[in-house]
Amino acid sequence: MSDTARSRLHRMLLEGHLAVTSECGPPRGSDAESIKKKAEMIKDYVDAVNITDNQTSVTRLCSMAACIHLKLMGVEPVLQMVTRDRNRIAIQSDILGAASFDIPNMLCLSGDHQSFGDCPQGQNVHDIDSMQLIQTVRLMRDEGKFLGGAEINRPPNMFVGAAANPFADPFEIRVPRLAKKVAAGAEFIQTQCIYNLDKFEEWMKGVCDRGLHEKVYILAGVTPFKSAGMAKFMKNRVPGMDVPDEVVKRMADTPKEKQPEEGINICIESIERLKTIKGVSGFHIMAIEWEQKVPEIVERAELYPRPKID
Amino acid sequence: MIIAEKKPIEEIIGYIDDCEKLLILGCNECVTVCEAGGKKEVGVLASALRMYFLNQGREVKIDEITLERQCDHEYLEEIRDVADQYDAIVSLACGVGVQFLAEKYHSQRVYPGVNTCFLGATEERGRWTERCQACGTCILAYTGGICPIARCAKRLLNGPCGGSSNGKCEINPELDCAWQLIIDRLKALGRLEDYEKLLEIKDWSTDRAGGPRKVVREDIQI
Repeated sequence: MSDTARSRLHRMLLEGHLAVTSECGPPRGSDAESIKKKAEMIKDYVDAVNITDNQTSVTRLCSMAACIHLKLMGVEPVLQMVTRDRNRIAIQSDILGAASFDIPNMLCLSGDHQSFGDCPQGQNVHDIDSMQLIQTVRLMRDEGKFLGGAEINRPPNMFVGAAANPFADPFEIRVPRLAKKVAAGAEFIQTQCIYNLDKFEEWMKGVCDRGLHEKVYILAGVTPFKSAGMAKFMKNRVPGMDVPDEVVKRMADTPKEKQPEEGINICIESIERLKTIKGVSGFHIMAIEWEQKVPEIVERAELYPRPKID
Repeated sequence: MIIAEKKPIEEIIGYIDDCEKLLILGCNECVTVCEAGGKKEVGVLASALRMYFLNQGREVKIDEITLERQCDHEYLEEIRDVADQYDAIVSLACGVGVQFLAEKYHSQRVYPGVNTCFLGATEERGRWTERCQACGTCILAYTGGICPIARCAKRLLNGPCGGSSNGKCEINPELDCAWQLIIDRLKALGRLEDYEKLLEIKDWSTDRAGGPRKVVREDIQI
């Protein structure tokens, strides 16, 4: 792992602190106030904030503009970029655009299929895939070159991340798949929401057995349930999500008015257990449209105050 | 082969409702095999149209011909003497045949009677599935003989994505995850270690991206 910090998030990890990131979805309109408000709520509790890129294929204000809004208010953004909507020209161009504002972190994704979103009849691009996006940004950064071979004047300097889903099928290639992302150049990983801690632990063991935890920082993803309905939805309707029956039952057995609190309790208990798992370098808290709960989660999980690292 | 599907008859009527003499032109190749545009389907469409016009109280002459192929000059020449006798020709060939017909009979109205769908295979009678997108640079050697471009919804060269669940694709529970198939096949070949080889960014210039394509073989040209 490189020892020159490219971002606050990177520095936090280099110095051995458990990092905390969260994420905000941009609005479905051009008023940036909502995203600024979300960022304001959580900024003292996290090291960086991911800005999603038209998540679930629903058209929103672009990730890049939202990242710039955050950057201007002193919040460190993680630019999420999917390969669904851009060809390699647009991808390289957007990376340069982000670099021109010194957006210091980037997360490389393929993106949800457009059939889940508001333009199911649209084309997808997928000129390159998420692994090749990692390679592209690393080429631009480390060699100062475009894919076409020409030199870049003032190359980008991002800390490069990728996602990992330890729960999707086939399970047997989930560790090799991480190895592939690391080989492509991923420096940090944010995982899918973890509810099945046993399975996550099994995956992490495989990760550590191959020494991958020494090559990439793994931030464990958590999402608090707001309700039993959400738990059931995540279990049954969200592909690649593994929610054990006992977790759904625990939410369902809780009186409705207490469910949000129980959801937060489960989340905090998960973080406590994840802290004990070898190779976990931090947490990615995805409180979906529930950002106001991030401070409470971070505080109760004893991840607050965030270390001072200037 | 090329897989096609019959167009709804209402759409076809919309094209030819003003005609008094019609030719329904079938093709004896792929569209015959996938039962969308062969001799049998020509007969079915012609009968349905006759019924429609009869109910309208109109007399419309509808002829049926099925050629060996519509993507070859020599077979299309077979209708040279009759083509101009019709107000329009409805071709039940794939998009290639329809266009070749239109090119050859420049002043004749030509309409498609099928939707051309994909390059695929017959899994069983009445069920055809896609196998190839004719990208022009075959990568099957690296993916266990299963094409992620044609069969992965995100055409991932380094899949699977996080949406692979019990061997199925997240966009449709009936659709196999191409990468699950690739991994299963690599395993069967004893080559699962090949999974970790990163497939490079693809040259799409031989695909649609490079503009309309052609193959020229000077060695066999006359």
